Amino acid sequence: MRLPEFRTPNVGVDSMEHDARLLRQWETTPGWMGILTTVDHKVIGIRYIVTAFFFLAVGGLEALLMRVQLAGPNLTLLTPDQYNQLFSTHGMTMIFLYASPILSGFSNYLWPLLLGSRDMAFPRLNALSYWIYLASGLFLYAGFVTGNGPNDGWFNYVPYASRDYNPGLNEDFYALGMVFLGISTTVGAANFIVTAFRTRAPGMSINRLPILIWGTLTASLANLIVVPAVSLAFFLLWMDRQFGSHFFDPAGGGKPLLWQHLFWIFGHPWVYAIVLPAMGMVSDGLPVFCRRPLVGYSLVALSTVATMIFGFGVWVHHMFATGLPGLGLAFFSGASIAIVVPSAVAVFAWIATIRLGRPVITTAFLFFASMILLFVIGGVSGFMTASVPVDWQLTDTYFVVAHLHYVLIGINVFPVVGATYFWFPKMTGRLLDERLGRWNFWTMFIGFNLAFLPMHLTGLLGMPRRVYTYADYGGWGILNLVTTIGSFVFAIGVLLFFVNVLKSLKSGALAGKNPWDAPTLEWSVASPPPAYNFAVIPTVASRHPLWEERIGSEGALSSIDRGMMLDHGKETIGTSALDAQPDMVLEMPADSISPLLLATGLSALFVGLLLKVWVLAGLGGAIALLAVLAWLWPRTDLREREPAHG
Amino acid sequence: MSGGPLSYLSSAGPQAQHIVPLTWYMLLVSAGVCLIIAALLWAALRRAQPQDQTLQLDRIPIERGADGARWIRIGVIASSVPLAVAFLWTMITLAAVVGPPAHPGLTLDVTGRQWWWQVAYSAPNPVDVFETANEIHIPVGVPVLVRLHGADVIHSFWVPQLAGKTDAIPGQTNLTWIQADRPGRYLGQCSEFCGNQHAHMQFEVVAEPQADFDHWVGAQRQAALAPATAAAARGLSLVEYRCGLCHRVRGTAAGAVSGPDLTHLMSRRSLAAGTLLNDSGNLAGWIQNPQDLKPGNLMPNQRLAPPQLADTLAYLETLR
Amino acid sequence: MVEAVIASPVNLPVGPIRRHGIGWWGAGTLIASEAALFAYLLFAYYYTGATAPPGWVLESSPPLKLALPNTLLLLLSSVMVWWGEQGILKAARTRALAGFTCALILGSVFVFVQWLEWRSKTYGIGRSSYASLYFVTTSFHMAHVLLGLAVLLALLGWTALDYFSPRRRLVVSAGVLYWHFVDAVWLFVFTTYYVTPYLGFGR
Repeated sequence: MRLPEFRTPNVGVDSMEHDARLLRQWETTPGWMGILTTVDHKVIGIRYIVTAFFFLAVGGLEALLMRVQLAGPNLTLLTPDQYNQLFSTHGMTMIFLYASPILSGFSNYLWPLLLGSRDMAFPRLNALSYWIYLASGLFLYAGFVTGNGPNDGWFNYVPYASRDYNPGLNEDFYALGMVFLGISTTVGAANFIVTAFRTRAPGMSINRLPILIWGTLTASLANLIVVPAVSLAFFLLWMDRQFGSHFFDPAGGGKPLLWQHLFWIFGHPWVYAIVLPAMGMVSDGLPVFCRRPLVGYSLVALSTVATMIFGFGVWVHHMFATGLPGLGLAFFSGASIAIVVPSAVAVFAWIATIRLGRPVITTAFLFFASMILLFVIGGVSGFMTASVPVDWQLTDTYFVVAHLHYVLIGINVFPVVGATYFWFPKMTGRLLDERLGRWNFWTMFIGFNLAFLPMHLTGLLGMPRRVYTYADYGGWGILNLVTTIGSFVFAIGVLLFFVNVLKSLKSGALAGKNPWDAPTLEWSVASPPPAYNFAVIPTVASRHPLWEERIGSEGALSSIDRGMMLDHGKETIGTSALDAQPDMVLEMPADSISPLLLATGLSALFVGLLLKVWVLAGLGGAIALLAVLAWLWPRTDLREREPAHG
Repeated sequence: MSGGPLSYLSSAGPQAQHIVPLTWYMLLVSAGVCLIIAALLWAALRRAQPQDQTLQLDRIPIERGADGARWIRIGVIASSVPLAVAFLWTMITLAAVVGPPAHPGLTLDVTGRQWWWQVAYSAPNPVDVFETANEIHIPVGVPVLVRLHGADVIHSFWVPQLAGKTDAIPGQTNLTWIQADRPGRYLGQCSEFCGNQHAHMQFEVVAEPQADFDHWVGAQRQAALAPATAAAARGLSLVEYRCGLCHRVRGTAAGAVSGPDLTHLMSRRSLAAGTLLNDSGNLAGWIQNPQDLKPGNLMPNQRLAPPQLADTLAYLETLR
Repeated sequence: MVEAVIASPVNLPVGPIRRHGIGWWGAGTLIASEAALFAYLLFAYYYTGATAPPGWVLESSPPLKLALPNTLLLLLSSVMVWWGEQGILKAARTRALAGFTCALILGSVFVFVQWLEWRSKTYGIGRSSYASLYFVTTSFHMAHVLLGLAVLLALLGWTALDYFSPRRRLVVSAGVLYWHFVDAVWLFVFTTYYVTPYLGFGR
């Protein structure tokens, strides 16, 4: 059979026969095989979202236990060791197993639909990133449930993390688990980067990309470069602990501060990576409920990138008290103050969009609008800690705990819940209940502020972080009690959210293609979309393809109903990086067992390393290598090799 | 605003005093910004369509609307002003508080250990060198250089009303300085997570007039007095034989250095790094069962028989 | 009446042609991430050494008699692998097989010589932070070389099976790029551990 090297794609409109053909090419294999081998980004995206929300709930329960222990002075519900494992696991869970994966999940689901494409650039790599996330999450929690959870905070400073002071398996679970999880993050980042640059709909030049694309792309570029820092740090820690090396221990010439530098070189960009995509979701969703385009699109897109670039230059602000020389401190302090500026761009853009539009109050809108205020509160407390001398008083107190929860819950959780209300209809074909949604919103909003607003005062009154109990100095007791009560109210709000999701899956109002009359491409396909997303590849002429007839566009209109058919196989279009001109037909892989096999091999490898059962590690490594070989074996259908000669 | 012993919005020395006005400035700017943004949001939201929950968004027409980039420009430029002021003020304050004083009146070596503070007062004559634990005396109005050492893991030295935090990191010596302009007792707390009893690792800085401080130093330099009663003598042998495995009492055979120096134990206000007040009931309870009071700390339960406990206390009470 | 614009490209390549394909971008992102990893390893060395007491570098004049020829060997293997790739590009399969085989042999010799170098050291990983950094950094590099050898072996096998043509060969170019990357990393590692002590670092 001849496989032509070049082809002029047919251009046409959809038809039942065309749909049926595409469905045969794209639909996941039925049954168990399909579950284990699917490469459909929508399925993978939903898996990510469900798993991440599960970890959110678990992390939340850990927090509630801590808050009960801290509800009053000198309580003894938890032992110090239990408390330390709880606060460390809570941080690890929320930051690594919830905050980033939830955004990966939404991005995974939405990106091809937003970009007018039929899948991500590397569908099998996509499946792999989920399986490794699941496996490493289970690996990390295997430690916690056996009483070997991380116990030195999520930031894990040495020397306390070293074997001399922490002889159990706790730190080994954490170190190896994080290296394992890092593989998922890295391959996920690579996938987003290549998808953004090479698989968009024709005409979707970079100034027409939804801000969610800008946000996740920026985060992915950053992650690609900084995740190796933390993976290396954890690996070197594991070496110190198990093989007697001296990277971090002073007795052998090692440097405790090396850990902190490596960790925060990763850690600071990471915290921007877990909010910039969420800010993108607000930038894309809020304008829909204001019935107008986003104000200042170009400024917002550029500020996204600028925030991340600044974000590489501020890591030392986590280390202001470590005795570094004044000149260095001054530089990082200045950069940390300056980084407020690009964030301010987004805040004013959002406020202007509401003010100059016709806002419609829906639950999604409430979450998107309220996050603006929470963002600013979190931002100003960050501004305060950016000043070195002030930070010397504020750092390691509850003031910082208040700050980080305002930025993480305000700029990640609230947008994510809003995004769920916004995109749930697209994913499931049903709307979430609006009445329950209002209860959900107000309980979360009131509970959150009740819990965390007073915490600023608790910190100003000097209560240190990471303490399992405290004496009642100057009002700490009552403030902590208020925080505990607020946290339970907030938890009820989150519970209402989950209830709304479960209830609406079964009995929510039917949504149709575009319940919000929104402008972007995902709203032009059915809810939920068919496996192939777009029957014909759209051509894009503006940022708001579905609003063009009403708000006008600079030149021609986008074409949604007529476009390339790309039905000679499992195909989508590859486009150039900046202007999205079509430049190749991409043949996409079918469902494959290789990602699961590779994840299984790697799991065996890491378990073997943890338990020092070298045979198991070797076996796992061998399985992993074979899986990679099978995966990369050049295939004719993907045009990676010539067909066999006669 | 007094707000408790660890609140740093009331300061008693120049280090902390430099930081307080800047803190207030940033707090007020922050609160102001939040209020302005909340007001802007409120004003913007007031135009919202009241929503009955039938969500028919397409009934509200899409409009391109005014170009609002002006809002962004104004907002960002307006925000930049307090930011610039904060930056300059920060640099000025940093210059004033960073770096040890050129002519410290006193130099101390403080070592953070799990979970207590070892304090060493040096002197030109080695005979005059002494150590104490968890309670630091300084003369009022004198800049004191503190050299910070880490013996095991990272701790952080923080006495909020006198100065900001500086970490005590193993493998390096960090310098900080404190100065109290008023006599008083200033509470300090370890501020870097250091393990199970991080929550119970406090210390106190006692600032007193120079004469009182010199008197205190003189007393601390003395070795322990010989026991005057039989009970105290029996207590001394117990202390040398048991407590001496970890503690030192100068002038006796108890000479180990892994635990706090007990030579002038009764001159200190608290026990176990601020966990308990130092009275005989608490002292007895601490000796017998430290694990109950500070679980996981490095002192094992002693479980002395009552007569032994009484003798031990009889001796320890003489260590003033 | 404004018209809709409909993309109707003509004569598009189907699948990867020469180096034009998303696999090339994928390889690029992987290499960027691994390059960052080595940058952090070298940062750890310079950071630890810059504040270390004198004598931190255990050999102030590290012996070059194994390391320098080994470096040249690795460079030569890159030349061989380039030559082999040229064979694919010019549909000269024999040249390709020869080039990849030579690169494989030279790469294996590099591994062996590096192993001899490790054995010749009078210190082990637990001696000091310098020793730990030396062994772990060169081990990370070695792991990448071994992976690179596996890649070369696969390329050799697939070439022998006649999978490739001058246009359909993106995986070859990606594999060759990886080998060049491994080579480039070695130049940085070699300079750091074997050259900077002569220039006075860490003395």
